[in-house]
This record gives sequence, structure tokens and C-alpha cells, in this order.
Amino acid sequence: MPTHWLLAIILVLAAAGYAAARARALATAGGSMRRMHSLPRAYGMTALIWTAVPALLILGAWILIQPVVLEARVAGSIPEAAASSEGQRSLIMADVRRIATGLQLAVQGGGLGWDEALALTADGGSLRTRLADLGIAVGEEPGPAALDAAQVWVQIERVGHLAMTGVVLAATAAGFALSLIRARADVNARASVERGILVLLMGTALVAILTTVGIVMSMVFETVDFFSRYSWTEFFFSTDWNPRFQGGSDLGMLPLLWGTLYISLIALIVAVPIGLFAAIYLSEYAGPKVRAVAKPLIEVLAGIPTIVYGLFALITVGPFMRDVFAQPMGLGNSSASVMTAGLVMGIMLIPFVSSLSDDIITAVPQALRDASYGLGSTQSETVRQVVLPAALPGIVGAILLAASRAIGETMIVVLGAGAAARMSVNPFEAMTTVTVKIVSQLTGDTDFNSPETLVAFALGLTLFVITLALNVLALYIVRRYREQYE
Amino acid sequence: MSDASAPRSTGASGSLMVLDARTKKRHAAERRFRYYGMGAVGLGVLLLVMLLVSILSNGLGAFRQTVFELEITLTQAQITEAEEALLKTSVYRGIIEENMREALDAAGVGDEVETARAMELLGGDAGSTLRQWAVSQRVTPVPQPDEGVTRTFDFLADGRIDGYFKGRVTMETAELDSRVSPEELQLADTLREAGVLRIELNPGFLTMPDASENQPEAAGLGVAIVGSLYMMLIVLCLALPIGVCASIYLEEFAPKNWFTDLIEVNISNLAAVPSIVYGILGLAIFINFMGLPLSAPIVGGLVLTLMTLPTIIISTRAALKSVPPSIRSAALGVGASNMQTVFHHVLPLAAPGILTGTIIGLAQALGETAPLLLIGMVAFVQDYPDAPPEGLFDPASALPVQVYNWTQRADPAFFERASGAIIVLLVFLAIMNVTAVLLRRRFERRW
Repeated sequence: MPTHWLLAIILVLAAAGYAAARARALATAGGSMRRMHSLPRAYGMTALIWTAVPALLILGAWILIQPVVLEARVAGSIPEAAASSEGQRSLIMADVRRIATGLQLAVQGGGLGWDEALALTADGGSLRTRLADLGIAVGEEPGPAALDAAQVWVQIERVGHLAMTGVVLAATAAGFALSLIRARADVNARASVERGILVLLMGTALVAILTTVGIVMSMVFETVDFFSRYSWTEFFFSTDWNPRFQGGSDLGMLPLLWGTLYISLIALIVAVPIGLFAAIYLSEYAGPKVRAVAKPLIEVLAGIPTIVYGLFALITVGPFMRDVFAQPMGLGNSSASVMTAGLVMGIMLIPFVSSLSDDIITAVPQALRDASYGLGSTQSETVRQVVLPAALPGIVGAILLAASRAIGETMIVVLGAGAAARMSVNPFEAMTTVTVKIVSQLTGDTDFNSPETLVAFALGLTLFVITLALNVLALYIVRRYREQYE
Repeated sequence: MSDASAPRSTGASGSLMVLDARTKKRHAAERRFRYYGMGAVGLGVLLLVMLLVSILSNGLGAFRQTVFELEITLTQAQITEAEEALLKTSVYRGIIEENMREALDAAGVGDEVETARAMELLGGDAGSTLRQWAVSQRVTPVPQPDEGVTRTFDFLADGRIDGYFKGRVTMETAELDSRVSPEELQLADTLREAGVLRIELNPGFLTMPDASENQPEAAGLGVAIVGSLYMMLIVLCLALPIGVCASIYLEEFAPKNWFTDLIEVNISNLAAVPSIVYGILGLAIFINFMGLPLSAPIVGGLVLTLMTLPTIIISTRAALKSVPPSIRSAALGVGASNMQTVFHHVLPLAAPGILTGTIIGLAQALGETAPLLLIGMVAFVQDYPDAPPEGLFDPASALPVQVYNWTQRADPAFFERASGAIIVLLVFLAIMNVTAVLLRRRFERRW
């Protein structure tokens, strides 16, 4: 039975459960709502939840877990003799997958019975042409090992699917029956429905935790794998980045980190003064009319996707910087450069700095300003000597958040900074960053057995740790600051 | 008496009407400070304008395209002959050539222009464009008499010719270019004066799929728009319910303990995780572990869902928090349970805020590029995905990724396409954000 039929059955039974439980509860109360403990729909909802939710959970878990078990069992069934190396094994597994899907399709199409599919043997002529007759395209003549494994695959998947159908239907039926028995007028149905819903709500809140766990797990496993193939001291402390797909690469992170920090620094040098002054002007000086126009305009910058900034760097800022500064000054002739990426990233960060600082400056109590004015200071003196020192922790927090943004930014540097790993102080030279190298090592053909691919996960983990540390620190500072004036 | 004549401590002149030097200095500093602020705001707005002008001036060209307007007459015999040939599109090209000769004669330039050379200005996909139509017109068996069918086509001109009329290609660059010569450009001028070549609006940019490296004129956004649409659909269907349920739990029911704190810290940190990290998650979990296909909208949708979830949760919680406690007390007072209070009273009042937050989250997801690069959405996809749900597993592209894709091609004509795609993306984003603002204006309640 295909999975969507199973889904349909569950949903239909759940709907039926709703109606039946509601009717039964009403009947036990003699048709009068006043003699029922809860509203009739609460009885219906209980039945609906108990019929659908456990069955759906089992179905989802089964679909997730079965492929993993299947893969392990089939891979284990390939004899050592047929697959001597890791590479050979993965090639055979690819063939196995193709044959298995082909066999299933042939059976579904009616060209082959289950028994025939399982009885196919490698001897007796070319298996490939026979498979082709059945509509299964296989690259090379598959070995007997692949065919055997494919038959194991088909068999397990068939049995697994049958078992899944059985278990899920049983769970649905059990839920249906149990909730019908419980649908009596004296049962506190409202409480049980609400408990059920609460558990569901709690489950959704767990998605956030699961995401974090997923992020960390996905990177940690591959990073450990990477460090088993490549020395970690080389990775963290070597100044050479030179991946070669034949092996023997230098994968030192320092040049990438240098590029990342250099670009982020330029971005912050652009964004912090502009953002901060804009925030001061908008919160302390501007009248309501100017504020109503200028603030949303600056915030539009924050809503523009980073790919747009990247393209701006690539086709406008890059050539401009090269023709006006770099070439006349003899500092380089590449349009992709640290300066280009830094400037454009700075523009991106302006609204980030300004809106965060705006909030923080507005939160400084008016009493502080009034006291300062009362002593005869001008507005700018008040801002510089009273408001800013009071808001300083918050502003530092905002700058740290902006820095974490800059370090994790990808598209601007992919299009604006270049791909050459280099440690130089000349800002008009092309350099590269951690994020650019994650993209370049993980796009295209990726082989999860080579350190050149796996290094991307180690880079990702490093990036994650750096940005996480910056964020935690910034949030801590901002929170401390907020408490100060509350 | 003696107190009054105590000497002043400052060196002021004594009159309030005359500003002393120090006051003047302080006032000048005040003015300067104010100008710095104005300058910063002005610079911010100026940069925004520069960004938009740069994109618009580069990209508007993509919406107009140089076309050959040709009337094509096809007989059923011609279609049959072409369909039986080995190189079908080249036979159709031959048919176009015949019609081109007539068009040149009709325009009065038949004597001075060789048809074969005019054909060189035609884009590479003209043959297949004609074939698509021809196949749909085919009637079997061939009727007698075979009258033939006629239609006026706008065949795309070669990308270089198009670039010439848009100022991207000049006589000087054509000298150095192996794909176009100054003579061809002169010929294009002649044809344009004769009215055979025209610059027309280019709806194909929004509907055609991507095209190969050598045919920038035929590259369109069709598949990318469909892919982005599918992903937004997935994000909406997953992130909205999950986000709202999680926020309700955290805001209304969660007890104050270490576990709830953990979830809250988690959410605020997830909101600041670099987007590329979500791409690594998608690659490792959805593709490697769960075996979902590369380049599929379903994977993109799932990754973007996880990415927008924190945004939606944060704004939903703010919306729930802004509903005053008196509403809850009133509902509880007349006997509603906690759950009824939330679902019957608090949630409807918070709905506009939740919707606004969701739209902004979706807009963020629509423009996100980096995670999609890692899950294989950069692949060259020319076929439209099927209708959902099966189509969610077909390879597709996405708007921002298509932009990136086009910037990686050698032909500068693709830069114009990339900027054009950005304009489309920005229009979508503007519509979403304006909707959000209008919703907020219309339904926002101050308590």
C-alpha cells in the first residue's frame, strides 16, 4: 500500500473517530449536553488526537529510520571478496540501489512478479540486457554480488513496508477503539484534550533544540573524520591553503581567517560611524517628520538580500575601486578585493548598527539628559558626555552582533572578495574568507571521503563557534545593560 | 555688601547679549555634531539610492530584447519532412532562412543584404522555437490541398547583437570578439532601419528556463520563479504552524525552569547563526543522512524553514506578549480553560502581528542564497518541475541562486540578466514587505 494511501486512511479514521466519539458521548448522556462533563467537541477531539497522532508519529519515525537500517543491512550482506576497498563498496552500493529501484519499478509496472524478481540470477546470459528488457538501465554488467544485495534490498524494503503498514494501521485502529470506549459523558474530555495539545505544543518548541543539535552533530562528526585524516595543528596554525584534488593538499585555516577578519574590520570601520551617527541624529535631533521618512529608508537596506549587495560589489564597486584607486596607486589590478567586499558589507551593516543603537539610545532615561541640560551643557555635549557613556555597553553589544554578522556573511564575499587565499595587508588585493571556501569546497562534485571536502565542515564548525561566542557575549552585555535602567 | 563684588571666576565679558569665545566654540561644535549626524543619515540614504540605481540601470535591459519579426509560413509537407530529418532544428532554420529572404525583400533591403549573413544575427534557439510551434500544428495525415499555416514570430537575435543595441557591445569590442564582427553590427544597423530587427518587451525573461552559456538571449527565470515559489510554500506550511505553536507554548504555558531557559537561549542564538551553517546542516542531514535528492525544492524548503523559524517565533512571541493580561483574566473569569483562553481570545488578537512577522520571515527566506548553494541548487536546470507534491522532489533553481549562477558565466550579457533577476526578486520582496506594513497599519491595536 503506498504511503499516501496510508496517510489518507489515518486521516479518514481520525475524522470518523471525531464524529463517532462525539455521538457516543452525547448518547451516553441521553442526548443532553447539560449532563456531559465537557463540550461534545472535546470528546471528538480526544478521539481525533488519539487516532491520528500516534500513528503519524510511528509512520514518520519509520520512514526516517528504515533507510538507515536498510543501508546498513545491505552493505553488510555484500561479501568481503566482492568489495575489497571502501571505494569499490560504494560503487557496488550505487549499482545495488539502481537495480533495486529498477526491480521495484518492474514489479509495479507488472512486467515481473515478486518471486521472479527474487529468483533472478546472474548466470544464464547477460543480466544487463535482461534488466534492460525490464526497463532497468545499468551502466555495466552488474556482478552477482550486486544482484544478490539488490534482492536483499528489495526483500527488506518489501517486508519493512508491509510491517510498517501493519503497525501503523494497528496503532490507528487501537487509538480509534480506545478513544471510543473512553467517550462517555462522565469523562473529563476537556482535560485530556488539553493535555494532548500541550504535549504537541511542547514538541514544536523542541524543534529549536533539535535544530541546534542537528547543526552541531552534522558538523562535529565530519570534523572528527577530517581530523583523523588531517592533522589539526596544520589546520589551525598553517599559513598555506592549497587544496589539491589528487591529495597532498595544504589546508591551513589562517589565511582564510585573516581575510575574514580583515574584511569584517573594514566593514565595521564603514558601518559603525555612519550607523552610530545616524542613530544619534534620528533619536536626538530629527523631528518626527524626518524620522518617519529617514528611518524606514535606512532600514530598507536591511531588507535587501545579500546577493544584491554581492552583485553590487561585483559589477559596480569592484571595477570602480580598481579603476579609481588600485590601478592609479599601483596597488593591484583585481576588481575583487578586500576593500570592495569590506565597503559593501559595511553598507549592509549600517541599518543593523543604527537600529540597534537607536533602541539603546532611546532607552537611556530622559532624567539623565534633563540633568545635563540643567547644568547648561549643549545638546551635543549631553550626547557625547552623558548619553553615549550611559549607552556604551549596549552599543558595544550592537557592534559585536554586527561583527558576528560580518564574519558569517557569505554572498558578498563570494562575489566581491575573490578566491585567492593570501595573507597580505594591501586592502586592494583579492583575498578569501572562511565562508567562501566552505562554498567552494562543498559545491560541485563532493566526495565525502577526501579531506578537501571534509575541511569545509571543520571550517563551518570554526565559524559556528566564533559567531556563537560573539553572539552570547553580545546578548550578555545587552541584557546586563538593560537591567541597569529598568 | 562685600559679597556682591566678589570677582567672577570665568573670563566672560559680562554681557549676556555678546557671546564670548568659549560659547561660540561650543556652539560651533554643536553645529558640527549636528551636521555629522545629518551627513550619516544622508549617506545612508544616498548609498541606498546608489545601490538601486546601479541595479536598475544594469538590469532594466533584461526586460527588453532585440528580436527579428518574421512571418513564417509552414506547410504540412515541410513539417513532415523536417520531423523525419536527423537534425530537425537545422531544417527548421532552413525554413526560417527562406522566410527571412522574403522579409528582407519586403523591407526593401533584399538586394543589399545577403540572407545567409542576416541569418548569422539570429539567436541559437530560433530553430527549436519554430519546431515547438510546428509540432503543435502538425496534422496527420497530411490534408489535401496542403495550405499551410502562418504565424508571425519574434525570434530572439543573437546576444551580441542585442548587446550592441543596448550599448554593451561596440565596434571596438567587436574587433576583438570571435563571435561577432563589426560588419555584422553594421548589418544589424541596416536591418534595424529596415524594420526587420526591433527592440521589444521580453516576457520570455520571466517564463523561459535557463539557457546555456552561449545563449544569453534565451535565458529566463521561469524555473527559478517556480522553484522559489515551491520553497516559499513549504516554508509557509511548516514554519508558520510550528513557529506559532512553539511561541504559544513558550509564552503562555512553559514553566520557568532551566529547560525553558535553554530553549529560549537556543532560539535567540539560532537567529544569529550564519545562514551558510544551515546549508551545511541541510547537506549533512537532509541529503547525506536522509537521502533526499540534490537541487530539490523540498530540501531548500526544509533548510529555509529551520532558518526562518527563529524569526517567526520571536515576532509571534512579541505579538502574544502585546495582548494585555486583562483579556486573559476576563476569559479565565468566565470559566474558560487556559487552552480556550489562548486559542479563542489571545491568538485571534495576536494574529495580525503574527502574520506580519511571518511575511517578513518569508521575505528573508526568499532572498537567502548561501544555504541553497550547498544543497546543490546551483545545478543547471532547464526542465520545469512537476506540480506538487511530486514536483517538490524534482530539481529546480531559485531566484537568488539563479542570480549567482549567472554571475559565474563568462559572457557579460549574463550580468544584465543577473541584474534583471534581482529586479524581479526586489519586486517580490517589496510586495511582501508592503503587504506586511499595510497589515500592521490596518489591524494594529494599541491597548
